[in-house]
Amino acid sequence: MVTTDWVMEVLHEVKDPEVPAIDVVELGIVRGAVVEGERVTVTVTPTYSGCPATKVIEYEIESALRRHGVADVVVNTVFNPPWTTDWITEEAREKLRVYGIAPPGKAPHGLDLVSLGGPTRTVPCPYCGSSNTLRESEFGSTACKSIHSCKGCHQPFEHFKAI
Amino acid sequence: MSQALFEYLLRLGDDRLVLGHRNAEWCGHGPILEEDIAISNLALDLTGEAQLFLELAGKVEGLGRDADQLAYWRDETQFRNLQLLELPKGDFAFTMVRQFLFSAWSHFLLEGLIQSKQEDLKGIAAKAQKENRYHLRHASEWVVRLGDGTEESHRRAQAALDQAWPWTGEFFLADDVDRVVAAEGLGVDPSGLRPPWEALVTDVIRRATLTVPSPPMRMVGGRKGRHTEYLGHMLAEMQVVARSHPGAKW
Repeated sequence: MVTTDWVMEVLHEVKDPEVPAIDVVELGIVRGAVVEGERVTVTVTPTYSGCPATKVIEYEIESALRRHGVADVVVNTVFNPPWTTDWITEEAREKLRVYGIAPPGKAPHGLDLVSLGGPTRTVPCPYCGSSNTLRESEFGSTACKSIHSCKGCHQPFEHFKAI
Repeated sequence: MSQALFEYLLRLGDDRLVLGHRNAEWCGHGPILEEDIAISNLALDLTGEAQLFLELAGKVEGLGRDADQLAYWRDETQFRNLQLLELPKGDFAFTMVRQFLFSAWSHFLLEGLIQSKQEDLKGIAAKAQKENRYHLRHASEWVVRLGDGTEESHRRAQAALDQAWPWTGEFFLADDVDRVVAAEGLGVDPSGLRPPWEALVTDVIRRATLTVPSPPMRMVGGRKGRHTEYLGHMLAEMQVVARSHPGAKW
């Protein structure tokens, strides 16, 4: 019997292609699943507008459900409310840290429009835990990450930006 | 009404598509690795936003055109972007000054658009606004760093500002399209955005020890499809692959 819980269970198999440490449910981009007869409709929301992984994720959601015998899969995209890193689960944050990516803090409200005094929040190093870290750039290898370095263990690391 | 909304969405999409493409020209050419990555990220965000706005434009138009068709199969006179955004990327100072002036304007525009009665437009704007904040912060930090930096960086930042400034008059011109969508509660009339924009940009320009230029306004008409000689060249490069292999799939 196909239930919403079962669908969510299957979707845990779909990893974020750019951050394979966590899956799409943990990432918070699956906004819901509806089962109507033979049809399963999964609603997703993109992380960033230009995230190249969005299409791949839609495809993989479809494939995962087909693999489990659901023939009629619809993936629906919504934009409102916009995705926030606050939707990333606690377990996933720990998985990110273990993977070497500093997890996001609480999403800022009314982030400074022009910040000329440098960043105010410190991002602890995911490797050694030191708070003595430096933000190198607000833009990293993917849209969702920034680049930092640790003055404690001298390791460069990425941070999942709070947004 | 849907014709006005279609036109309005083209403007939103084309601004971001054209600026995104100009920024993408820096990919592999950034002055330092971090900056190469940062500009490419900006390009990616802008192109992604363009795709969403154009996809919605196609839906509103109702003739079956999608974002790709609108991006790759229109000629320059059918593009609706602001002229400032199509100018060549210039040096790093020009790229950052232009980004700063546009992102500041875009911030106030998106603030209005998140109140839109058109649900899809509202959602896309809410997402774009979060991304735009990062762009604005990044660009304004560079404007200050360059303006208040070395003699050479100051000279270049001021030259970039002097070059870009006259084109910003077009940011605030409203026509019937703007007035119709604003009256319907779907879009924003840009003529009201000048005071907050001016306050924000002049503050940063002063902190950057630069001077606010005050020259007369340049030629306008991007919203009506009148463009500088540069857009056609840019589109030729942007569109050549799609047009050489129509309908190609990965």
